[in-house]
Amino acid sequence: MNSMQRCLAALAHQEPDRVPLFLLATLHGARELGMPIAEYFSAAEHVVEGQLRLFRKYRGDCLYAFFYAAIEAEAWGGSTHFRADGPPACGEPVIGSASLIDRLDPPAIDDAPGLLRVIETIRRLSDFAGDRVPVIGVAISPFSLPVMQMGFAAYLDLIHDDRARFEQLMRVNEEFTVSWANAQLAAGATAICYFDPLSAASVIPPALYRQTGRRVARRTLARITGPTATHLASGRALPIMGDLADTGTLAVGVSALEDLRVLKAAAGDRVALLGNLNGVEMRRWTPVRAEAEVRRAIAGAARGGGFILSDNHGEIPWQVADQVLMAIGDAVERWGRYPLDWIPSAARAG
Amino acid sequence: MSDLPQSFLAALEELDQLRADALFRLALADRAPIEAVEQLIVPALEAIGRGWDEGRTALSQVYVAGRFCERLVSGVFPAGIEAGGERPRTAIVVLNDYHFLGKRIVSAVLRASGIAVLDYGRMDVDELVSRVAADRLEVLLISVLMLPAALQVGALTAALRARDLPVRVAVGGAPFHFDAELWREVGAHAMGRTAGDAPGIVRALLEEGR
Ligand code: B12
Repeated sequence: MNSMQRCLAALAHQEPDRVPLFLLATLHGARELGMPIAEYFSAAEHVVEGQLRLFRKYRGDCLYAFFYAAIEAEAWGGSTHFRADGPPACGEPVIGSASLIDRLDPPAIDDAPGLLRVIETIRRLSDFAGDRVPVIGVAISPFSLPVMQMGFAAYLDLIHDDRARFEQLMRVNEEFTVSWANAQLAAGATAICYFDPLSAASVIPPALYRQTGRRVARRTLARITGPTATHLASGRALPIMGDLADTGTLAVGVSALEDLRVLKAAAGDRVALLGNLNGVEMRRWTPVRAEAEVRRAIAGAARGGGFILSDNHGEIPWQVADQVLMAIGDAVERWGRYPLDWIPSAARAG
Repeated sequence: MSDLPQSFLAALEELDQLRADALFRLALADRAPIEAVEQLIVPALEAIGRGWDEGRTALSQVYVAGRFCERLVSGVFPAGIEAGGERPRTAIVVLNDYHFLGKRIVSAVLRASGIAVLDYGRMDVDELVSRVAADRLEVLLISVLMLPAALQVGALTAALRARDLPVRVAVGGAPFHFDAELWREVGAHAMGRTAGDAPGIVRALLEEGR
Protein backbone atom coordinates (compact mmCIF):
# COMPACT_ATOMS: atom_id res chain seq x y z
CA MET A 1 0.00 0.00 0.00
CA ASN A 2 1.18 3.56 -0.53
CA SER A 3 0.65 6.27 2.07
CA MET A 4 -2.62 7.46 0.53
CA GLN A 5 -4.15 3.97 0.42
CA ARG A 6 -2.97 3.33 3.97
CA CYS A 7 -4.61 6.51 5.25
CA LEU A 8 -7.84 6.00 3.33
CA ALA A 9 -8.17 2.47 4.70
CA ALA A 10 -7.54 3.66 8.24
CA LEU A 11 -10.07 6.49 7.90
CA ALA A 12 -12.62 3.99 6.55
CA HIS A 13 -12.11 1.98 9.76
CA GLN A 14 -10.42 -0.87 7.97
CA GLU A 15 -7.02 -2.34 8.74
CA PRO A 16 -4.37 -1.17 6.26
CA ASP A 17 -0.96 -2.89 5.89
CA ARG A 18 0.38 -0.91 8.83
CA VAL A 19 -0.62 1.93 11.13
CA PRO A 20 -0.26 5.23 9.23
CA LEU A 21 2.16 7.71 10.79
CA PHE A 22 1.60 11.46 10.66
CA LEU A 23 4.87 12.85 11.97
CA LEU A 24 3.86 16.49 12.06
CA ALA A 25 7.23 18.21 12.10
CA THR A 26 7.22 21.81 10.88
CA LEU A 27 10.13 23.66 12.51
CA HIS A 28 12.47 20.74 11.89
CA GLY A 29 12.39 21.67 8.21
CA ALA A 30 14.33 24.84 9.07
CA ARG A 31 16.90 22.75 10.88
CA GLU A 32 17.26 20.46 7.86
CA LEU A 33 17.96 23.51 5.71
CA GLY A 34 20.25 25.07 8.31
CA MET A 35 18.14 28.19 8.27
CA PRO A 36 16.71 30.49 10.97
CA ILE A 37 13.01 29.77 11.56
CA ALA A 38 11.85 33.23 10.42
CA GLU A 39 13.72 32.92 7.15
CA TYR A 40 12.47 29.39 6.61
CA PHE A 41 8.84 30.49 6.73
CA SER A 42 9.44 33.51 4.47
CA ALA A 43 9.36 31.54 1.21
CA ALA A 44 7.30 28.62 -0.08
CA GLU A 45 10.33 26.93 -1.63
CA HIS A 46 11.99 26.57 1.80
CA VAL A 47 8.99 24.85 3.31
CA VAL A 48 8.54 22.61 0.25
CA GLU A 49 12.19 21.53 0.43
CA GLY A 50 11.98 21.12 4.22
CA GLN A 51 8.86 18.96 4.06
CA LEU A 52 10.29 16.75 1.32
CA ARG A 53 13.49 16.20 3.28
CA LEU A 54 11.58 15.38 6.46
CA PHE A 55 9.29 13.04 4.55
CA ARG A 56 12.22 11.06 3.16
CA LYS A 57 14.11 11.05 6.41
CA TYR A 58 11.39 10.00 8.84
CA ARG A 59 9.16 7.91 6.52
CA GLY A 60 5.88 9.51 7.60
CA ASP A 61 2.66 9.08 5.64
CA CYS A 62 1.85 12.69 4.85
CA LEU A 63 3.25 16.04 3.80
CA TYR A 64 2.26 18.84 6.14
CA ALA A 65 1.68 22.33 4.77
CA PHE A 66 1.23 23.99 8.18
CA PHE A 67 3.44 27.04 8.73
CA TYR A 68 2.27 28.48 12.09
CA ALA A 69 -1.09 29.54 13.52
CA ALA A 70 -0.35 33.27 13.55
CA ILE A 71 -0.07 33.30 9.75
CA GLU A 72 -3.90 33.46 9.74
CA ALA A 73 -3.87 36.37 12.18
CA GLU A 74 -1.49 38.15 9.79
CA ALA A 75 -4.23 38.01 7.15
CA TRP A 76 -6.44 40.06 9.51
CA GLY A 77 -3.72 42.68 9.99
CA GLY A 78 -1.91 41.02 12.90
CA SER A 79 1.83 40.63 13.41
CA THR A 80 4.02 37.65 14.28
CA HIS A 81 6.93 37.33 16.72
CA PHE A 82 9.58 34.89 15.59
CA ARG A 83 12.02 33.25 17.92
CA ALA A 84 15.11 31.20 17.23
CA ASP A 85 14.17 28.16 19.29
CA GLY A 86 10.45 27.60 18.86
CA PRO A 87 7.22 28.34 17.03
CA PRO A 88 6.26 31.89 16.08
CA ALA A 89 3.66 33.63 18.23
CA CYS A 90 0.93 36.06 17.36
CA GLY A 91 1.47 39.74 18.30
CA GLU A 92 -1.03 42.31 19.57
CA PRO A 93 -4.72 41.60 18.94
CA VAL A 94 -6.20 43.43 15.95
CA ILE A 95 -9.68 43.61 17.44
CA GLY A 96 -8.84 45.98 20.28
CA SER A 97 -12.45 46.53 21.27
CA ALA A 98 -15.52 44.34 20.81
CA SER A 99 -17.40 47.11 19.00
CA LEU A 100 -14.99 46.71 16.04
CA ILE A 101 -16.68 43.38 15.35
CA ASP A 102 -19.71 45.23 14.00
CA ARG A 103 -17.61 46.59 11.13
CA LEU A 104 -15.41 43.57 10.51
CA ASP A 105 -15.00 42.08 7.04
CA PRO A 106 -13.16 38.87 6.25
CA PRO A 107 -9.84 39.42 4.44
CA ALA A 108 -9.44 38.00 0.94
CA ILE A 109 -6.98 35.13 0.67
CA ASP A 110 -5.39 36.78 -2.36
CA ASP A 111 -4.54 39.86 -0.30
CA ALA A 112 -2.64 37.90 2.35
CA PRO A 113 1.00 37.22 1.37
CA GLY A 114 1.45 34.64 4.14
CA LEU A 115 -1.56 32.62 3.04
CA LEU A 116 -0.42 32.78 -0.57
CA ARG A 117 2.92 31.27 0.50
CA VAL A 118 1.03 28.38 2.04
CA ILE A 119 -1.06 27.95 -1.12
CA GLU A 120 2.09 27.90 -3.23
CA THR A 121 3.63 25.33 -0.87
CA ILE A 122 0.59 23.10 -1.22
CA ARG A 123 0.66 23.38 -4.98
CA ARG A 124 4.26 22.23 -5.15
CA LEU A 125 3.91 19.52 -2.54
CA SER A 126 0.90 18.12 -4.32
CA ASP A 127 2.80 18.09 -7.64
CA PHE A 128 5.34 15.89 -5.91
CA ALA A 129 2.82 13.74 -4.04
CA GLY A 130 0.33 13.02 -6.82
CA ASP A 131 -2.22 10.65 -5.38
CA ARG A 132 0.39 8.62 -3.50
CA VAL A 133 0.85 10.79 -0.41
CA PRO A 134 -1.76 12.97 1.31
CA VAL A 135 -0.94 16.67 1.58
CA ILE A 136 -2.48 18.09 4.74
CA GLY A 137 -3.59 21.73 4.92
CA VAL A 138 -4.56 23.52 8.12
CA ALA A 139 -7.30 25.99 9.01
CA ILE A 140 -7.81 27.40 12.50
CA SER A 141 -11.51 27.12 13.28
CA PRO A 142 -13.65 30.27 13.20
CA PHE A 143 -14.36 29.53 16.87
CA SER A 144 -10.69 29.31 17.92
CA LEU A 145 -9.34 32.12 15.74
CA PRO A 146 -10.58 34.98 17.99
CA VAL A 147 -7.99 34.12 20.65
CA MET A 148 -5.46 35.52 18.20
CA GLN A 149 -7.77 38.23 16.80
CA MET A 150 -8.78 39.74 20.15
CA GLY A 151 -6.86 38.02 22.99
CA PHE A 152 -8.01 35.10 25.08
CA ALA A 153 -9.55 36.94 28.04
CA ALA A 154 -11.46 39.40 25.86
CA TYR A 155 -12.79 36.51 23.81
CA LEU A 156 -13.98 34.56 26.85
CA ASP A 157 -15.70 37.75 28.03
CA LEU A 158 -17.38 38.06 24.63
CA ILE A 159 -18.64 34.47 24.70
CA HIS A 160 -20.07 34.92 28.18
CA ASP A 161 -21.31 38.50 28.06
CA ASP A 162 -22.19 39.45 24.48
CA ARG A 163 -23.64 36.54 22.56
CA ALA A 164 -24.99 38.70 19.74
CA ARG A 165 -21.56 40.10 18.89
CA PHE A 166 -20.07 36.67 19.31
CA GLU A 167 -22.47 35.36 16.66
CA GLN A 168 -21.56 38.25 14.39
CA LEU A 169 -17.86 37.44 14.76
CA MET A 170 -18.57 33.80 13.94
CA ARG A 171 -20.40 34.77 10.77
CA VAL A 172 -17.43 36.80 9.57
CA ASN A 173 -14.86 34.20 10.61
CA GLU A 174 -16.79 31.36 9.00
CA GLU A 175 -16.61 33.13 5.65
CA PHE A 176 -12.87 33.45 6.05
CA THR A 177 -12.21 29.88 7.20
CA VAL A 178 -14.36 28.36 4.47
CA SER A 179 -12.58 30.29 1.71
CA TRP A 180 -9.17 29.63 3.28
CA ALA A 181 -9.79 25.88 3.57
CA ASN A 182 -11.28 25.65 0.08
CA ALA A 183 -8.38 27.59 -1.43
CA GLN A 184 -6.00 25.01 0.06
CA LEU A 185 -8.09 22.15 -1.32
CA ALA A 186 -8.18 23.82 -4.74
CA ALA A 187 -4.38 24.09 -4.64
CA GLY A 188 -4.13 20.34 -4.13
CA ALA A 189 -4.46 19.67 -0.39
CA THR A 190 -5.94 16.22 0.23
CA ALA A 191 -7.60 17.12 3.51
CA ILE A 192 -7.89 19.99 5.96
CA CYS A 193 -6.92 19.75 9.60
CA TYR A 194 -9.46 21.96 11.37
CA PHE A 195 -7.71 23.20 14.52
CA ASP A 196 -10.34 23.82 17.15
CA PRO A 197 -8.81 23.63 20.64
CA LEU A 198 -11.27 26.20 22.02
CA SER A 199 -13.93 23.51 21.69
CA ALA A 200 -11.96 21.10 23.89
CA ALA A 201 -13.57 20.14 27.18
CA SER A 202 -10.50 21.48 28.97
CA VAL A 203 -11.19 24.95 27.57
CA ILE A 204 -14.98 25.36 27.63
CA PRO A 205 -17.62 23.14 29.26
CA PRO A 206 -19.39 20.68 26.91
CA ALA A 207 -22.76 22.41 27.38
CA LEU A 208 -21.31 25.71 26.19
CA TYR A 209 -19.54 23.92 23.35
CA ARG A 210 -22.88 22.58 22.13
CA GLN A 211 -24.24 26.12 21.88
CA THR A 212 -21.12 27.57 20.28
CA GLY A 213 -18.15 25.65 18.82
CA ARG A 214 -20.22 22.68 17.67
CA ARG A 215 -22.67 24.82 15.74
CA VAL A 216 -19.84 26.74 14.15
CA ALA A 217 -18.07 23.50 13.19
CA ARG A 218 -21.22 21.99 11.69
CA ARG A 219 -21.84 25.02 9.51
CA THR A 220 -18.20 25.42 8.53
CA LEU A 221 -17.31 21.79 7.82
CA ALA A 222 -20.44 21.43 5.68
CA ARG A 223 -19.10 24.15 3.39
CA ILE A 224 -15.52 22.88 3.16
CA THR A 225 -15.35 20.95 -0.10
CA GLY A 226 -13.07 18.12 1.03
CA PRO A 227 -12.37 15.80 3.97
CA THR A 228 -11.58 17.32 7.37
CA ALA A 229 -10.02 16.16 10.62
CA THR A 230 -10.65 18.12 13.81
CA HIS A 231 -7.65 18.72 16.03
CA LEU A 232 -8.04 19.81 19.65
CA ALA A 233 -4.30 20.54 19.93
CA SER A 234 -3.99 18.37 23.08
CA GLY A 235 -7.13 19.71 24.73
CA ARG A 236 -9.53 17.05 26.06
CA ALA A 237 -11.93 15.33 23.65
CA LEU A 238 -13.59 12.54 25.61
CA PRO A 239 -16.66 14.38 26.97
CA ILE A 240 -17.54 15.65 23.47
CA MET A 241 -16.47 12.74 21.26
CA GLY A 242 -20.00 12.05 20.04
CA ASP A 243 -20.58 15.73 19.29
CA LEU A 244 -17.34 15.94 17.35
CA ALA A 245 -18.37 12.94 15.25
CA ASP A 246 -21.69 14.68 14.54
CA THR A 247 -19.94 17.68 13.01
CA GLY A 248 -19.02 15.54 10.00
CA THR A 249 -15.29 15.40 10.69
CA LEU A 250 -13.45 12.19 9.75
CA ALA A 251 -10.90 12.13 12.55
CA VAL A 252 -10.17 13.76 15.90
CA GLY A 253 -6.71 14.70 17.16
CA VAL A 254 -6.56 13.61 20.81
CA SER A 255 -4.52 14.47 23.90
CA ALA A 256 -1.84 12.57 25.79
CA LEU A 257 -3.80 13.55 28.92
CA GLU A 258 -6.52 11.06 27.92
CA ASP A 259 -6.47 7.26 27.65
CA LEU A 260 -6.51 6.06 24.04
CA ARG A 261 -8.40 2.90 24.94
CA VAL A 262 -11.22 4.88 26.46
CA LEU A 263 -11.20 7.36 23.57
CA LYS A 264 -11.35 4.51 21.07
CA ALA A 265 -14.35 2.98 22.84
CA ALA A 266 -16.10 6.36 22.70
CA ALA A 267 -15.24 6.98 19.06
CA GLY A 268 -16.13 3.49 17.83
CA ASP A 269 -16.24 3.55 14.06
CA ARG A 270 -17.95 6.92 13.89
CA VAL A 271 -14.75 8.91 13.84
CA ALA A 272 -11.07 7.96 13.55
CA LEU A 273 -8.44 9.00 16.10
CA LEU A 274 -5.20 10.84 15.49
CA GLY A 275 -2.66 10.92 18.29
CA ASN A 276 -1.53 10.91 21.00
CA LEU A 277 2.24 10.97 21.54
CA ASN A 278 3.20 13.65 24.05
CA GLY A 279 5.28 16.19 22.09
CA VAL A 280 6.38 18.28 25.06
CA GLU A 281 7.63 15.24 26.94
CA MET A 282 9.18 13.84 23.75
CA ARG A 283 12.02 16.32 24.26
CA ARG A 284 13.33 14.05 27.04
CA TRP A 285 12.56 10.68 25.44
CA THR A 286 15.21 8.15 24.57
CA PRO A 287 14.78 5.91 21.51
CA VAL A 288 13.75 3.11 23.87
CA ARG A 289 11.09 5.26 25.47
CA ALA A 290 9.87 6.37 22.03
CA GLU A 291 9.40 2.75 21.03
CA ALA A 292 7.48 2.02 24.24
CA GLU A 293 5.19 5.00 23.64
CA VAL A 294 4.50 3.93 20.06
CA ARG A 295 3.59 0.45 21.29
CA ARG A 296 1.31 1.90 23.94
CA ALA A 297 -0.54 4.04 21.44
CA ILE A 298 -0.91 1.25 18.89
CA ALA A 299 -2.10 -1.19 21.53
CA GLY A 300 -4.62 1.38 22.72
CA ALA A 301 -6.32 2.36 19.50
CA ALA A 302 -5.05 0.74 16.31
CA ARG A 303 -7.03 -2.50 16.18
CA GLY A 304 -9.66 -2.47 13.47
CA GLY A 305 -8.21 0.63 11.80
CA GLY A 306 -9.62 4.08 12.51
CA PHE A 307 -6.27 5.19 13.88
CA ILE A 308 -3.39 7.34 12.68
CA LEU A 309 -0.35 7.59 14.93
CA SER A 310 0.78 11.16 15.54
CA ASP A 311 1.85 13.55 18.25
CA ASN A 312 -0.95 14.99 20.37
CA HIS A 313 -0.71 18.60 19.29
CA GLY A 314 -0.27 18.69 15.54
CA GLU A 315 3.26 20.00 15.73
CA ILE A 316 6.43 18.51 17.13
CA PRO A 317 8.46 20.91 19.28
CA TRP A 318 11.78 22.22 17.95
CA GLN A 319 13.60 20.68 20.93
CA VAL A 320 12.74 17.09 19.96
CA ALA A 321 15.86 15.25 18.78
CA ASP A 322 16.22 13.60 15.42
CA GLN A 323 17.01 10.23 16.90
CA VAL A 324 13.67 10.23 18.73
CA LEU A 325 11.78 10.97 15.51
CA MET A 326 13.76 8.23 13.76
CA ALA A 327 12.95 5.84 16.59
CA ILE A 328 9.23 6.60 16.19
CA GLY A 329 9.43 5.72 12.48
CA ASP A 330 11.33 2.51 13.27
CA ALA A 331 8.87 1.52 15.97
CA VAL A 332 5.90 1.96 13.62
CA GLU A 333 7.60 -0.36 11.15
CA ARG A 334 8.28 -2.89 13.88
CA TRP A 335 5.00 -2.77 15.82
CA GLY A 336 2.52 -1.21 13.43
CA ARG A 337 2.12 -4.06 10.90
CA TYR A 338 -1.40 -5.44 10.88
CA PRO A 339 -2.91 -7.70 12.12
CA LEU A 340 -1.15 -6.56 15.31
CA ASP A 341 -1.11 -10.03 16.80
CA TRP A 342 1.28 -8.96 19.53
CA ILE A 343 -1.42 -6.97 21.33
CA PRO A 344 -2.69 -9.02 24.29
CA SER A 345 -6.31 -10.02 23.81
CA ALA A 346 -7.52 -8.23 26.95
CA ALA A 347 -6.33 -5.01 25.35
CA ARG A 348 -8.00 -5.92 22.07
CA ALA A 349 -11.37 -6.43 23.71
CA GLY A 350 -11.16 -2.90 25.18
CA MET B 1 -24.73 26.93 57.94
CA SER B 2 -21.85 24.46 57.56
CA ASP B 3 -22.80 23.80 53.94
CA LEU B 4 -22.26 27.43 53.02
CA PRO B 5 -18.87 26.71 51.39
CA GLN B 6 -20.47 23.87 49.40
CA SER B 7 -23.32 26.06 48.18
CA PHE B 8 -20.89 28.81 47.28
CA LEU B 9 -18.82 26.38 45.22
CA ALA B 10 -21.93 25.09 43.45
CA ALA B 11 -23.05 28.64 42.64
CA LEU B 12 -19.62 29.45 41.19
CA GLU B 13 -19.54 26.29 39.11
CA GLU B 14 -22.94 27.09 37.68
CA LEU B 15 -21.79 30.66 37.02
CA ASP B 16 -24.70 31.84 39.18
CA GLN B 17 -23.10 35.07 40.29
CA LEU B 18 -26.17 36.47 42.03
CA ARG B 19 -26.39 33.48 44.32
CA ALA B 20 -22.63 33.39 44.93
CA ASP B 21 -22.76 37.06 45.85
CA ALA B 22 -25.67 36.51 48.25
CA LEU B 23 -23.93 33.54 49.90
CA PHE B 24 -20.73 35.52 50.37
CA ARG B 25 -22.70 38.32 52.06
CA LEU B 26 -24.42 35.78 54.25
CA ALA B 27 -21.02 34.48 55.33
CA LEU B 28 -19.88 38.00 56.14
CA ALA B 29 -22.79 38.38 58.57
CA ASP B 30 -21.22 36.09 61.19
CA ARG B 31 -17.56 35.92 60.17
CA ALA B 32 -14.62 38.25 60.00
CA PRO B 33 -14.08 39.22 56.35
CA ILE B 34 -10.78 37.37 56.12
CA GLU B 35 -12.50 34.24 57.46
CA ALA B 36 -15.19 34.49 54.82
CA VAL B 37 -12.47 34.65 52.19
CA GLU B 38 -10.58 31.72 53.64
CA GLN B 39 -13.61 29.52 54.21
CA LEU B 40 -15.56 30.22 51.02
CA ILE B 41 -13.43 31.68 48.30
CA VAL B 42 -10.07 29.97 48.73
CA PRO B 43 -11.47 26.41 48.92
CA ALA B 44 -13.93 27.05 46.08
CA LEU B 45 -11.21 28.30 43.73
CA GLU B 46 -8.99 25.41 44.77
CA ALA B 47 -11.75 22.91 44.05
CA ILE B 48 -12.55 24.42 40.66
CA GLY B 49 -8.85 24.33 39.81
CA ARG B 50 -8.58 20.70 40.88
CA GLY B 51 -11.64 19.88 38.80
CA TRP B 52 -9.90 21.36 35.77
CA ASP B 53 -6.74 19.37 36.37
CA GLU B 54 -8.81 16.20 36.58
CA GLY B 55 -10.82 17.02 33.46
CA ARG B 56 -14.13 17.85 35.20
CA THR B 57 -14.27 21.59 34.70
CA ALA B 58 -13.13 23.82 31.86
CA LEU B 59 -10.64 26.63 31.77
CA SER B 60 -13.38 29.16 31.01
CA GLN B 61 -15.00 28.25 34.34
CA VAL B 62 -11.72 28.77 36.19
CA TYR B 63 -11.38 32.13 34.46
CA VAL B 64 -14.91 33.31 35.17
CA ALA B 65 -14.80 32.11 38.79
CA GLY B 66 -11.46 33.84 39.38
CA ARG B 67 -12.59 37.06 37.80
CA PHE B 68 -15.86 37.03 39.73
CA CYS B 69 -14.28 36.29 43.13
CA GLU B 70 -11.70 39.00 42.55
CA ARG B 71 -14.54 41.47 42.03
CA LEU B 72 -16.43 40.14 45.04
CA VAL B 73 -13.45 40.65 47.31
CA SER B 74 -12.51 44.07 45.99
CA GLY B 75 -16.14 45.14 46.42
CA VAL B 76 -15.96 44.33 50.12
CA PHE B 77 -12.41 45.53 50.67
CA PRO B 78 -11.81 48.35 48.21
CA ALA B 79 -8.35 48.99 49.68
CA GLY B 80 -7.32 45.34 49.48
CA ILE B 81 -7.40 42.84 52.30
CA GLU B 82 -3.83 43.27 53.39
CA ALA B 83 -4.20 46.92 54.22
CA GLY B 84 -1.19 48.58 55.77
CA GLY B 85 0.45 49.70 52.57
CA GLU B 86 3.61 47.60 52.63
CA ARG B 87 4.83 46.78 49.14
CA PRO B 88 4.20 43.09 48.39
CA ARG B 89 7.21 40.79 48.16
CA THR B 90 5.43 38.50 45.72
CA ALA B 91 5.27 39.10 41.98
CA ILE B 92 3.91 37.39 38.90
CA VAL B 93 5.39 37.55 35.41
CA VAL B 94 5.09 36.15 31.90
CA LEU B 95 8.60 35.08 30.90
CA ASN B 96 9.46 35.70 27.27
CA ASP B 97 6.07 34.53 26.14
CA TYR B 98 3.14 36.39 24.60
CA HIS B 99 0.35 34.62 26.45
CA PHE B 100 -1.24 36.44 29.34
CA LEU B 101 -4.37 34.52 30.26
CA GLY B 102 -2.60 32.21 32.72
CA LYS B 103 -1.07 35.17 34.57
CA ARG B 104 -4.38 36.96 34.58
CA ILE B 105 -6.25 34.01 36.09
CA VAL B 106 -3.57 33.32 38.71
CA SER B 107 -3.51 37.01 39.71
CA ALA B 108 -7.29 37.06 40.06
CA VAL B 109 -7.25 33.94 42.23
CA LEU B 110 -4.47 35.35 44.44
CA ARG B 111 -6.20 38.69 44.92
CA ALA B 112 -9.48 36.95 45.63
CA SER B 113 -7.64 34.92 48.26
CA GLY B 114 -6.28 38.01 49.97
CA ILE B 115 -2.74 37.77 48.63
CA ALA B 116 -1.25 40.96 47.23
CA VAL B 117 0.96 40.47 44.21
CA LEU B 118 2.98 42.77 41.95
CA ASP B 119 2.29 42.39 38.25
CA TYR B 120 5.50 42.54 36.19
CA GLY B 121 3.77 42.00 32.84
CA ARG B 122 6.11 40.39 30.32
CA MET B 123 9.87 40.39 30.86
CA ASP B 124 13.02 38.67 29.69
CA VAL B 125 15.58 37.06 31.98
CA ASP B 126 17.96 40.01 32.53
CA GLU B 127 15.26 42.55 33.24
CA LEU B 128 13.54 40.13 35.57
CA VAL B 129 16.66 39.43 37.62
CA SER B 130 17.16 43.16 38.19
CA ARG B 131 13.56 43.66 39.23
CA VAL B 132 13.65 40.72 41.63
CA ALA B 133 16.70 42.25 43.29
CA ALA B 134 15.33 45.79 43.37
CA ASP B 135 11.99 44.69 44.86
CA ARG B 136 13.69 42.25 47.25
CA LEU B 137 11.14 39.63 46.22
CA GLU B 138 10.45 36.60 48.35
CA VAL B 139 8.28 34.74 45.84
CA LEU B 140 8.24 34.96 42.06
CA LEU B 141 5.42 33.30 40.10
CA ILE B 142 6.06 32.58 36.43
CA SER B 143 3.40 31.69 33.90
CA VAL B 144 4.38 30.27 30.51
CA LEU B 145 2.53 28.69 27.62
CA MET B 146 5.26 27.85 25.12
CA LEU B 147 7.92 25.22 25.73
CA PRO B 148 10.92 27.48 24.93
CA ALA B 149 9.63 29.95 27.53
CA ALA B 150 9.38 27.15 30.08
CA LEU B 151 12.96 26.15 29.31
CA GLN B 152 14.11 29.74 29.86
CA VAL B 153 13.11 29.41 33.49
CA GLY B 154 16.31 27.35 33.74
CA ALA B 155 18.42 30.34 32.67
CA LEU B 156 16.51 32.53 35.07
CA THR B 157 16.96 30.34 38.15
CA ALA B 158 20.67 29.99 37.32
CA ALA B 159 21.02 33.78 37.12
CA LEU B 160 19.15 34.23 40.40
CA ARG B 161 21.41 31.70 42.10
CA ALA B 162 24.50 33.34 40.64
CA ARG B 163 23.45 36.62 42.27
CA ASP B 164 22.59 34.82 45.48
CA LEU B 165 19.05 36.17 45.52
CA PRO B 166 16.91 34.38 48.08
CA VAL B 167 13.70 34.48 46.01
CA ARG B 168 11.63 31.30 45.62
CA VAL B 169 10.32 30.54 42.16
CA ALA B 170 6.99 28.89 41.36
CA VAL B 171 6.02 28.00 37.80
CA GLY B 172 2.86 27.00 35.98
CA GLY B 173 1.35 26.67 32.51
CA ALA B 174 0.75 24.03 29.86
CA PRO B 175 4.34 22.72 29.34
CA PHE B 176 4.52 21.81 33.02
CA HIS B 177 1.32 19.80 32.65
CA PHE B 178 2.59 17.80 29.74
CA ASP B 179 6.00 17.12 31.28
CA ALA B 180 5.70 16.52 35.01
CA GLU B 181 9.50 16.59 35.50
CA LEU B 182 10.08 19.88 33.77
CA TRP B 183 9.70 22.20 36.76
CA ARG B 184 12.47 20.45 38.66
CA GLU B 185 14.67 20.37 35.59
CA VAL B 186 14.46 24.17 35.27
CA GLY B 187 15.25 24.68 38.95
CA ALA B 188 11.88 25.93 40.21
CA HIS B 189 10.94 25.52 43.87
CA ALA B 190 7.31 24.67 43.13
CA MET B 191 4.88 24.01 40.30
CA GLY B 192 1.17 24.73 40.24
CA ARG B 193 -1.02 22.57 38.03
CA THR B 194 -3.85 25.07 38.22
CA ALA B 195 -4.49 28.64 39.30
CA GLY B 196 -6.26 27.26 42.38
CA ASP B 197 -2.90 25.96 43.62
CA ALA B 198 -1.36 29.43 43.65
CA PRO B 199 -2.51 30.71 47.08
CA GLY B 200 -1.29 27.56 48.85
CA ILE B 201 2.02 27.67 47.00
CA VAL B 202 2.64 31.34 47.82
CA ARG B 203 1.89 30.79 51.50
CA ALA B 204 4.12 27.71 51.67
CA LEU B 205 7.02 29.39 49.86
CA LEU B 206 6.80 32.52 52.02
CA GLU B 207 6.84 30.28 55.08
CA GLU B 208 9.83 28.27 53.80
CA GLY B 209 11.82 31.38 53.02
CA ARG B 210 11.41 32.95 56.46
C1 B12 C 1 -6.22 26.76 22.96
C2 B12 C 1 -4.84 26.53 22.41
C3 B12 C 1 -4.46 27.23 21.26
C4 B12 C 1 -5.36 28.30 20.61
C5 B12 C 1 -5.27 29.58 21.45
C6 B12 C 1 -3.89 29.75 22.09
C7 B12 C 1 -3.54 31.04 22.75
N1 B12 C 1 -3.66 31.15 24.05
O1 B12 C 1 -3.14 31.95 22.09
C8 B12 C 1 -4.72 28.46 19.21
C9 B12 C 1 -5.39 27.60 18.19
C10 B12 C 1 -4.69 29.88 18.68
C11 B12 C 1 -3.31 27.92 19.50
C12 B12 C 1 -2.23 28.22 18.72
C13 B12 C 1 -0.93 27.88 19.05
N2 B12 C 1 -0.51 26.98 19.95
CO1 B12 C 1 -1.73 26.20 21.21
N3 B12 C 1 -2.76 25.40 22.54
C14 B12 C 1 -3.95 25.60 23.04
C15 B12 C 1 -4.25 24.73 24.28
C16 B12 C 1 -5.26 23.64 23.95
C17 B12 C 1 -4.72 25.58 25.48
C18 B12 C 1 -3.82 26.81 25.67
C19 B12 C 1 -4.31 27.92 26.54
O2 B12 C 1 -4.22 29.07 26.15
N4 B12 C 1 -4.79 27.64 27.72
C20 B12 C 1 -5.18 28.65 28.66
C21 B12 C 1 -4.10 28.91 29.69
C22 B12 C 1 -4.55 29.98 30.64
O3 B12 C 1 -3.91 27.69 30.36
P1 B12 C 1 -2.59 27.37 31.16
O4 B12 C 1 -1.45 28.18 30.67
O5 B12 C 1 -2.40 25.92 31.25
O6 B12 C 1 -2.92 27.98 32.61
C23 B12 C 1 -3.66 27.30 33.60
C24 B12 C 1 -2.77 26.53 34.55
O7 B12 C 1 -1.67 25.93 33.89
C25 B12 C 1 -2.42 27.53 35.60
N5 B12 C 1 -1.23 28.35 35.47
C26 B12 C 1 -0.75 29.02 34.40
N6 B12 C 1 0.33 29.71 34.74
C27 B12 C 1 0.55 29.51 36.06
C28 B12 C 1 1.53 30.00 36.91
C29 B12 C 1 1.53 29.60 38.24
C30 B12 C 1 2.59 30.12 39.16
C31 B12 C 1 0.53 28.71 38.74
C32 B12 C 1 0.53 28.29 40.15
C33 B12 C 1 -0.45 28.23 37.87
C34 B12 C 1 -0.43 28.63 36.54
O8 B12 C 1 -3.51 28.44 35.63
C35 B12 C 1 -4.32 28.36 34.46
C36 B12 C 1 -5.72 28.05 34.91
O9 B12 C 1 -5.77 26.98 35.81
C37 B12 C 1 -2.82 24.15 24.62
C38 B12 C 1 -2.76 22.70 25.05
C39 B12 C 1 -3.32 22.47 26.43
N7 B12 C 1 -4.00 21.37 26.58
O10 B12 C 1 -3.12 23.24 27.34
C40 B12 C 1 -2.04 24.33 23.30
C41 B12 C 1 -0.56 24.78 23.38
C42 B12 C 1 -0.45 25.89 24.38
N8 B12 C 1 -0.26 25.33 22.07
C43 B12 C 1 0.95 25.17 21.75
C44 B12 C 1 1.54 25.77 20.58
C45 B12 C 1 2.95 25.38 20.24
C46 B12 C 1 0.81 26.68 19.78
C47 B12 C 1 1.33 27.45 18.55
C48 B12 C 1 2.68 28.10 18.73
C49 B12 C 1 1.35 26.51 17.33
C50 B12 C 1 1.98 27.15 16.11
N9 B12 C 1 3.10 26.63 15.66
O11 B12 C 1 1.47 28.10 15.60
C51 B12 C 1 0.22 28.50 18.33
C52 B12 C 1 0.53 29.88 18.97
C53 B12 C 1 -0.67 30.78 18.93
C54 B12 C 1 -0.38 32.19 19.22
N10 B12 C 1 -1.10 32.82 20.15
O12 B12 C 1 0.48 32.76 18.57
C55 B12 C 1 1.70 24.26 22.72
C56 B12 C 1 2.79 24.99 23.55
C57 B12 C 1 3.91 24.09 24.02
C58 B12 C 1 4.95 23.95 22.95
N11 B12 C 1 4.90 22.89 22.16
O13 B12 C 1 5.79 24.81 22.81
C59 B12 C 1 0.54 23.68 23.58
C60 B12 C 1 0.85 23.44 25.06
C61 B12 C 1 0.13 22.34 22.93
C62 B12 C 1 1.08 21.20 23.20
N12 B12 C 1 0.69 20.19 23.95
O14 B12 C 1 2.22 21.22 22.75
N13 B12 C 1 -3.28 27.15 20.59
